[in-house]
Amino acid sequence: MELIAALAVQGAQMALVLAAAPLLTGLVRKVKARWQRRRGASVIQPYRDLRRLLGKEVVLAESASWLFRAAPYGIFAFTWVATALVPTFATGLIFSWTGDLIVIVALLGAARFLLTLAGMDIGTAFGGIGASREVMIAALAEPAMLMIIVSLALLAGSSQLGTIARVMASGALGLRVSLALALVAFVIVAIAENARIPVDNPATHLELTMVHEAMVLEYSGRHLAMIELAASLKLLATMAIIGCVFVPAGLAAGGAGPAAYAVGLAAFAAKLAAGAILLGTFETAIAKMRVFRVPNLLGGALMLGLLATLLLFVSRGL
Amino acid sequence: MVSHFAFDVAHMLAGLIVLASLTMLYQDRLTALINVLAGQSLLLAASVAWQGHLQGSAELYLTAALALGFKAIAIPWALRALVIRLGLHREIETVAGIGPTMLAGMGLIALSMEVMLPVTDAVDPVARQDIALALSVVLIGLLIMVTRRNAASQVVGFLSIDNGISLAATGARGMPLVVEISVAFSVLVACIVIGIFLFRIRERFDTVDLGALDASRGERAR
Repeated sequence: MELIAALAVQGAQMALVLAAAPLLTGLVRKVKARWQRRRGASVIQPYRDLRRLLGKEVVLAESASWLFRAAPYGIFAFTWVATALVPTFATGLIFSWTGDLIVIVALLGAARFLLTLAGMDIGTAFGGIGASREVMIAALAEPAMLMIIVSLALLAGSSQLGTIARVMASGALGLRVSLALALVAFVIVAIAENARIPVDNPATHLELTMVHEAMVLEYSGRHLAMIELAASLKLLATMAIIGCVFVPAGLAAGGAGPAAYAVGLAAFAAKLAAGAILLGTFETAIAKMRVFRVPNLLGGALMLGLLATLLLFVSRGL
Repeated sequence: MVSHFAFDVAHMLAGLIVLASLTMLYQDRLTALINVLAGQSLLLAASVAWQGHLQGSAELYLTAALALGFKAIAIPWALRALVIRLGLHREIETVAGIGPTMLAGMGLIALSMEVMLPVTDAVDPVARQDIALALSVVLIGLLIMVTRRNAASQVVGFLSIDNGISLAATGARGMPLVVEISVAFSVLVACIVIGIFLFRIRERFDTVDLGALDASRGERAR
């Protein structure tokens, strides 16, 4: 009986992230539209887009191989699993032991690998340039991400998200400059990973500097729906990681019962809304960066991550 | 033994001073470089004042006030005026790229911890981390001086070395106030001397790029 309840909670978490991801994307778009003094589409527009795309027929290029057709499902599956492993409203769920930061980064990396392969599969110039830029950004963002994970793991004694969240919530760490540096570095990496504005513009198909959109340019119909949903899920995953590591307030412990879960859900919704508003505001305020300046930005993130780790060695308790 | 919170604040201020040093390595504009230097001096003043609070010493408060007045306000203001008079608001050229320089900076931080932490085992923890981080600030200051060719940005590197020394001095108890004041004044004098030098160099070579000095053998410039 307990096993069934635990599985049900875990299943609820998987369904929750899937259901909430398009809403988050819609909210970010709404915030940006409001800042630009437009009324903007409704926050549920992404759901309508997905339904429309699922109903449309798939147009395939003549040169497309099986890889091109299979990749969207693989990308979606990897991203969904990665997102479902992040503690959203509760820690200590039944699959929580697999919710390791390194595993999540690896799953997202596998999704990215499939996406770049699919981008190059058709053999168009845009797909190739998008893939090469995506890999360049990834090669710079991953070391920074690993440094952040190392500093978090040194502090919490584990790279498992549930454990990290519990240690953070306990308040035993006190005031840590390393955590602030890690947060800034993580935000930079998250912006690069999710193809948000200073690195890439998610709202355009007509720019020579685009990265993510260039790779998915040839996709249509249900394939495109899978990729769009995966992108929304990835945004939700990054926000959930920031929420559970740096703002662990409201997270329910595993098996705490429905009341604690409800509190956790409300806190999670509040965190996502705050994240969407901050992201929309930030994207409105800042200009797109030239592609060749991106390495400097991500180098800054790597430096902050390294510094966070180094400072730990002269701090208390290590 | 100091409380956790007191140590954490001291650690945060010292860490931010190191971060400011790294930011200086990253900056490639002279006015921004001076702004970061002013910020670092401000953090230094805060750090010294916190030490004064912890050690209950009025002299350290005076040192903090000196750091605030001279290093955070007067010297950056003078440098900014100097840069504007010399017409140096353009980009400054670095010898190596930003990437390798940053990596060298991180290496220097790791090196100073590797050197300092084993030999300061018995010291109290605040002084220990202050000394380790101060050494890295000094080394990064030297790195700034090495990687920049512009004389004005070398002055900024020199001043950040002085910030590092002050950080080390406040961590160790019993640095006499006389020494503190004389260091502050000698830095001020050095600044004036360097300022005069900058004008002389530019008069003679029409640039403050120190690369131009390499070829000079003392005869009159052509």
